[in-house]
Amino acid sequence: MSMNEFKPKIVAFCCNWCSYAGADLAGTNRLNYPADVKIIRVPCSCRVNPLFILRAFQRGADGVILCGCHPGDCHYTTGNYYARRRMTLLFSMLDYLGIEKERTRVEWVSAAEGAKFATVMNDFVKTVTELGENKRLEDLRCKK
Amino acid sequence: MQEMMKKRAKELLASGEVTRVIGWKKNEFDYDITPAVFTSAEEIDRDFIYDDFCGVNLSKFTFQHQKNDTKTLVFLKPCDSYSMTQLITEHRVDRNALYIIGVPSYGKIDVEKIKADGVTGILSITSEGGDVHVHTLYGDKTYAKYEVTSERCLNCKSKMHPTYDELIGFEGEVMETERFDEVAKLEAMTPEERFEFWRGELSRCIRCNACRNACPACTCETCIFDNNDSGVAQKAAADSFEENMFHIIRAFHVAGRCTDCGECSRVCPQHIPLHLLNRKFISDINKFYGDYQAGAEIGQRAPLVNFTKEDVEPDIVAKGGKA
Ligand code: SF4
Ligand code: SF4
Ligand code: FES
Repeated sequence: MSMNEFKPKIVAFCCNWCSYAGADLAGTNRLNYPADVKIIRVPCSCRVNPLFILRAFQRGADGVILCGCHPGDCHYTTGNYYARRRMTLLFSMLDYLGIEKERTRVEWVSAAEGAKFATVMNDFVKTVTELGENKRLEDLRCKK
Repeated sequence: MQEMMKKRAKELLASGEVTRVIGWKKNEFDYDITPAVFTSAEEIDRDFIYDDFCGVNLSKFTFQHQKNDTKTLVFLKPCDSYSMTQLITEHRVDRNALYIIGVPSYGKIDVEKIKADGVTGILSITSEGGDVHVHTLYGDKTYAKYEVTSERCLNCKSKMHPTYDELIGFEGEVMETERFDEVAKLEAMTPEERFEFWRGELSRCIRCNACRNACPACTCETCIFDNNDSGVAQKAAADSFEENMFHIIRAFHVAGRCTDCGECSRVCPQHIPLHLLNRKFISDINKFYGDYQAGAEIGQRAPLVNFTKEDVEPDIVAKGGKA
């Protein structure tokens, strides 16, 4: 690997009941996705508030993705519907502030969709790699 | 108007219907108006004022100074009334402990606009009909009122009072405004231009928290920005990240509840156009989830605690955003 090859840091918030199990399935099926994806397990996609996303960027993430159960399948019935509105508005605000809109994403991944999980992550890592380092929402104090 | 308000306040105090009155009073300068609690006719005669400088939204003050064991009279302009309605909806004030008198507003003067015009040494300002006379140490100057009217009043969303017990003057109507034009202009820029624009604005923030303190939708008793354990409580924004974070979170926390009263922009000592952040959320909500005006009615369900199964997916933003 050359020294200047950029490998993005990705934070993936995964809901415990679907997407985290989907990631697990991707693992047991030995599907590849980049090791730069750091999964943070949350009880439900709705647990993620805007500060979680911002904090991930502050601590050095180049892209943040939120994965939850498909709409209608949330373990807590409606959590992901609220998360969906919240993230739509947050992403739109980030774009409004001039922060690259490709750095944030929401995907619905069920426990049976190990393959989808791997595809989504590969695709997201590719997108963020093309964008390069997160400069607009970085915290210099957190840079080592 | 002011005399009618004073008369009603004194009558209601005398009859025992209310024991306190919340209104406006003058500080050192004509344009330096502060909210106040009055408890006697003498105080009202001496200090009570209602003029073109009474821009302060009394809803937040009422929330902070409420007493539930006694009835308080509060005067509300249309935008204050929207804020109050939102507070009642959120159970943050006790409607039964309030006697609300709606008063009209014909546009408030923004003294910062006069100062920005290079006027210094202001001794007094009087507003008569359509003219505003400024008397200074260095001479006098007259403006047409619309030249020095605050941005939020020029873009007034409504002259109506969603909540009141009694009205002084006529009930107004919801207005046609161009308040989203500036937002649309920003949306039409490239991300780079927007980034530069907001860096220029937000980097001036001194984290005085005045915008939060004045906001009638910001009513948490302990705010995350005051919680030393939150990691975001730093007073001075030491890094561009922190400036962005503070402003995103401040605006997000009131998204769907912000009535667009304009207090945040009014109080900002750094003249940061905070209303452009709030209005972005409002215009997105209107676009994605249907027109919604916070505080228009008691009992409305705010858009962020609501959903439909057909809501747009977040990738609408990446796809270029119009619902
Ligand atoms: S955010 Fe600003 S405009 Fe909105 S309710 Fe608060 S003070 Fe008023
Ligand atoms: S009032 Fe202005 S300077 Fe003070 S914290 Fe708010 S935006 Fe920053
Ligand atoms: S439990 Fe998976 S989104 Fe709510």
